Amino acid sequence: MSSVSRPGGAAFNAVRLAFAALAVAFLLLPLVAILPLAFTDSVFLVYPISGPSLRWFGALAESQAWTRAIVNSLIIGSGATVVATVVGTLAALGLRRELLPFSGLLRSVFLLPMVVPAVVLGVGMQILYARMGLASSYLGVIIAHAVLCVPFVLVNVASALASIDPALERAAASLGASPVKVFRGVTLPLAMPGILTGAVFAFATSLDEVVITLFVAGPNQTTLARQMFSSLRENISPAIAAAAFIIMILTFALLLAVKGASLLQGLRKKQRVQPSEA
Amino acid sequence: MRDLDPFIHFEAISKVFGTVTVVDALDFHVARGEFVSLLGPSGSGKTTLLMMLAGFEAPSGGRIHVDGRRVEHLPPYKREMGVVFQNYALFPHMTIAENVGFPLKMRGVARAEREAKVKRALDLVRLRHLADRRPSQLSGGQQQRIALSRALVYEPKVVLMDEPLSALDKQLREHMQLEIRALHRELGLTVIFVTHDQGEALTMSDRVAVLNRGKIEQFDTPSGLYDRPRTRFVAEFIGETNLLAGRVAQRQGEAATVVLASGGSVTCDRAGPFETDSEVMVSVRPEMLHLVPDAAAPNALPVTVEDHVYHGDHIRLHLAFGESRLVARAGRRDAAPPIGSTAFASFAPGDCALVAP
Repeated sequence: MSSVSRPGGAAFNAVRLAFAALAVAFLLLPLVAILPLAFTDSVFLVYPISGPSLRWFGALAESQAWTRAIVNSLIIGSGATVVATVVGTLAALGLRRELLPFSGLLRSVFLLPMVVPAVVLGVGMQILYARMGLASSYLGVIIAHAVLCVPFVLVNVASALASIDPALERAAASLGASPVKVFRGVTLPLAMPGILTGAVFAFATSLDEVVITLFVAGPNQTTLARQMFSSLRENISPAIAAAAFIIMILTFALLLAVKGASLLQGLRKKQRVQPSEA
Repeated sequence: MRDLDPFIHFEAISKVFGTVTVVDALDFHVARGEFVSLLGPSGSGKTTLLMMLAGFEAPSGGRIHVDGRRVEHLPPYKREMGVVFQNYALFPHMTIAENVGFPLKMRGVARAEREAKVKRALDLVRLRHLADRRPSQLSGGQQQRIALSRALVYEPKVVLMDEPLSALDKQLREHMQLEIRALHRELGLTVIFVTHDQGEALTMSDRVAVLNRGKIEQFDTPSGLYDRPRTRFVAEFIGETNLLAGRVAQRQGEAATVVLASGGSVTCDRAGPFETDSEVMVSVRPEMLHLVPDAAAPNALPVTVEDHVYHGDHIRLHLAFGESRLVARAGRRDAAPPIGSTAFASFAPGDCALVAP
């Protein structure tokens, strides 16, 4: 059976496997390096770990600065996700049919935050916010994060929309659905996986963002990532590893939620089908 | 009778994309309850015509009347037409029952009535047992029957079908042709059916509009198209034909004598509009051409047998007539003449048609 070989045969396969393993290691090793340190009982962020302990999670929970940062991250992350998902989805819908003049250019503008250096954006926003009275406000940070998140939503929703067969929307219209009903009954449900994926990316992006936050957030809007960044300079303690662990758990939980939702949907479909199979 | 009740009426309808005229000032009527096919090669404008009727394309000029009402400015969802698409276009996120119930839901039909109607529509295509499945769990033929039942469930005035069977294999396609025909008869539907398959158009339709480059070549019954093609395009597009170039030498009422370019002359009972001296083509179907031993038969052309090919139910004879090549269809019980032998190919004056070259 294994003689169903691909070009190059066994030697080539081994090289490919090795390369894949290297790439995975390159991506995961930093995580593997930091995570065990979250459970150290030492006061230093170094190996070897002297003994397992949850003391640094306790320290996080007791520290006002850290709990505040976690709450801030959740507030700002949720706000930015909602704004970016709505704006990004609307942008993807508007750019879908390329009916607008310069729609290609417009699309690039929406994607710009992905390529513009965060420092440049940060400085620009700081100046702008000072004039608009948004400096050091939650709304300001949420908008700033949303700007960064919109491209992720746009890209995901646009690809979901592109995979919808236009005949489906035509069929719905011919069957008596007004444009609004076509959108609600056909386009939106079919684009929903893309919208949800975009939202997860948006939340993860906001959670992770430091540079722009440094420019636009005041002391009251310190996020988890920013708190980690500043405590790295002040006192390097394993609390940072514990915070990193929390960020990872949050991101994973979101990904699992989306995966689980689509899995559940599949299961429900199967269950509904089985009776008629008999 | 038909033209007195123009249920659907295209009036000088045109569609221009950029500099290309896809549909060129067409005029035609479809009667209530009629099954009409739009037949033509790709790019002939047949699908564009259907899309203008469904409301997905705006005409560049002209009018469309349905049931006495102008519709060309109505959006698709106000036209009350059931459209069946080539790739079925079932909603993947809904069950079969939800798909069929969709047009009823859009019309605000109450749940109980909706469920009853969905059941009836599914019974129509004998797929009620699949009501709770998803479209992806159905075969192509089943999906097309569901698409059909979804287009019929709200009893639309007209059912439009855009090459609905082209994705199915041959056997299933023939079965579906019969099924659609039966539904048309049973429900008294008015159907406009787009296809590029001439066999399909001939089997299913009351009348067929043959389109070529945005114009109607001929709008006729299937037998009218086959037996009395009016243009060379129709003669060649519908079935198979032998074309003999010639010139009208004499008209005798409806009939004409044609002097052939390859020598000899033939008479044809239906000369159509061609006057004396006009250049024409004589179109003779292969099954109308018979091999005879002597020149006394009507329209006898001296031929040499070049080949005969066994086709199971018939034998095809390839004949040389001067510079022209002819094909004749012989019964399987006929003795196949030896290759290289000479004979005469003959056809009755009533079994040919004159078309423009």
